[in-house]
Amino acid sequence: MAVMTMVEAINDALRVEMRRDPRVVLLGEDVGIKGGVFGCSAGLFKEFGGDRVMDTPLAESGIVGAAIGMALYGLVPIAEIQFGDFIYPAFDQIVSEAAKMRYRSGGEYTVPMTIRTPIGGGIRGGHYHSQSPEAYFAHTPGLKVVVPSTPADAKGLLLASIRDPDPVLFMEPKLIYRSLKEEVPAGEHLVEIGKARIVRPGKDVTLIAWGGMVGMCEKAAAKCAEEGIDCEIVDVRTIVPLDEATILESVKKTGRAVIVYEAPKTGGFGGEISAILAEKAIEWLEAPIVRVTGFDTPFPYTLESVYLPEPGRIREAVLKVARF
Amino acid sequence: MSPEMVSVMAESGAAASHKPPELSKERLLEIYRVMVLTRLLDDRAMKLQRQGRIGFYVPALGQEASHIGSAAALGADDWFFPSYRDPGIALLRGVPVVSLMHQCYGNAADNTRGRQMPVHYSFKKQHFVSISSPIGTQIAQAAGAAMAMKIRKEPHVAITYFGDGSTSSNDFHTGLNFAGVFAAPCIFVCENNGWAISVPLEGQTASATMAAKAEAYGMPGVRVDGNDVLAVYAATKQAADRARAGHGPTLIETVTFRMGGHSSSDDPSRYRDPKVCEVWKTRDPIDRFKAWLEQKKLLTAAQETEIRARCDAELQAAIDAAEKVGPPAVSTMFEDVYAGRTAQLDEQWAELKDALQRGVVSKGHHGEFPL
Repeated sequence: MAVMTMVEAINDALRVEMRRDPRVVLLGEDVGIKGGVFGCSAGLFKEFGGDRVMDTPLAESGIVGAAIGMALYGLVPIAEIQFGDFIYPAFDQIVSEAAKMRYRSGGEYTVPMTIRTPIGGGIRGGHYHSQSPEAYFAHTPGLKVVVPSTPADAKGLLLASIRDPDPVLFMEPKLIYRSLKEEVPAGEHLVEIGKARIVRPGKDVTLIAWGGMVGMCEKAAAKCAEEGIDCEIVDVRTIVPLDEATILESVKKTGRAVIVYEAPKTGGFGGEISAILAEKAIEWLEAPIVRVTGFDTPFPYTLESVYLPEPGRIREAVLKVARF
Repeated sequence: MSPEMVSVMAESGAAASHKPPELSKERLLEIYRVMVLTRLLDDRAMKLQRQGRIGFYVPALGQEASHIGSAAALGADDWFFPSYRDPGIALLRGVPVVSLMHQCYGNAADNTRGRQMPVHYSFKKQHFVSISSPIGTQIAQAAGAAMAMKIRKEPHVAITYFGDGSTSSNDFHTGLNFAGVFAAPCIFVCENNGWAISVPLEGQTASATMAAKAEAYGMPGVRVDGNDVLAVYAATKQAADRARAGHGPTLIETVTFRMGGHSSSDDPSRYRDPKVCEVWKTRDPIDRFKAWLEQKKLLTAAQETEIRARCDAELQAAIDAAEKVGPPAVSTMFEDVYAGRTAQLDEQWAELKDALQRGVVSKGHHGEFPL
């Protein structure tokens, strides 16, 4: 095992899979010689050549549309959208085409494709290098949505996504691209899509988060522990399909839930989790479900650190539900 | 610079620019048969829609040469990314008309399981990729499939069809641009039928021709008489040979006319002068091909009658068969969303099944569906 950042773990996963399966190709803007703007595909162009690591013209709908055609034809494409904020031109191809192909063709045509894209704040990227658009895509049957929160999970979930028979949107939190290092298993390492992870067991309050917010919850939980409140943290890992069972089990145990996500509050995926808890666990709830989120504003540049949920606001929410 | 118009079977008095392609009599008659079958299918299907027996239809009336002529120039291993106005491609590639009819009825025998509106066909064995309604999306996908063919060093071609309206879409630009940059073996067929629902050609582009757009993508643009099936064949064959030789994509503009409405829900008399259709009636692609075949002594009146009778019988049998099949089971609604069923889909189906079994769900005017 080697200690890796998330960027290194993603690079490792891509290399492992491209060596294992000659059908796997990578395409996107600057993924070739440059190795991606964050270096996720560093060295792959040199090892696998231009037929398998393709620098494309600058058009997201073209990247995803072409990847769909490749997947239909029998390749296993990994399309990189340079920033999640730039994915919207490809929305039609993702939502109307990739996600619906299996269904609309009666199961005849499938799109085993992975779309990788960095999301979230934390790099002082302003409106267009910071968004967390997972909720738009969670509303799309036929598409899977995965958000890792650690380097080892990034590798394991990415390998599982590439091998998945359906289109997967793999969203990589930039906040922890390089800030977090951990041991990542070498070679084969699979993490099942659709299984949440208990990051920290606890008995008083359940914190539910994904991506970059999992680490924020860990910091908040450490503070709360000093005040005698024992938090359990659930890393959702896959937004779609959601592991409701693990979330429900935790909340039924603690009776209290705080959901943390960095997207704007209204219409965020945490609202869906809140609804599930209200539908299926209301008898177990000892306090209102509370969300700690970004705000209903465009993502700000200078005030980024205030916009993003951080341990202080999360702690306050935990105290509120714990003392309700 | 606008390219000259390719034609083989000149309209009366005009000189043809190209010689007829070398095709056997059997192949010529097969192309003719499929054109006739497509025309008759349209006619019957529009009537079925008016009678309320199918929910919707998109006629290809007047565009038979445009899509069937081009499809005829490709082989069994080539891939098609059609639009919703190209049913003759499926018929030419051997899909039985009853399969199209099952899809139009959305019944339990529909290979796409009643999931889409009529004419949104998908036939995997014939490399006829599932059709969607959003405009132009198939163009970028065809470019991607062609890129894959090139990566795999396979001598196949991807061909995609779209209307003049689609040339305004993002994916027209990205598809042609990607294919151009990667020199992908792709053929782009713009069936310029003059209308995007109610908006005429001049409302889509200020370009003199659609073929001229090819230049900016670094590929040849060919303008062909879209009602001349042999000219469309010849242009497509040339594009396919070029693609297989590794010289990359071609844009073909087939100049044709949408003789019917956009769909069964459209009434073109509200926005265009019916007199325009009169002019185009004299250029009917089937009449022209028939006259040419007769002139070349390849088709007799008796053969023509027999072809039509066979097509009619085939259609009637297909309609009878489709009418006999009931709707798909409700459970199928939850299948093929993913390769496997998620816990959420299992739960939702269990809830719905229970509600249906207890009679909670009000019966709509479509009647009951099997579980």
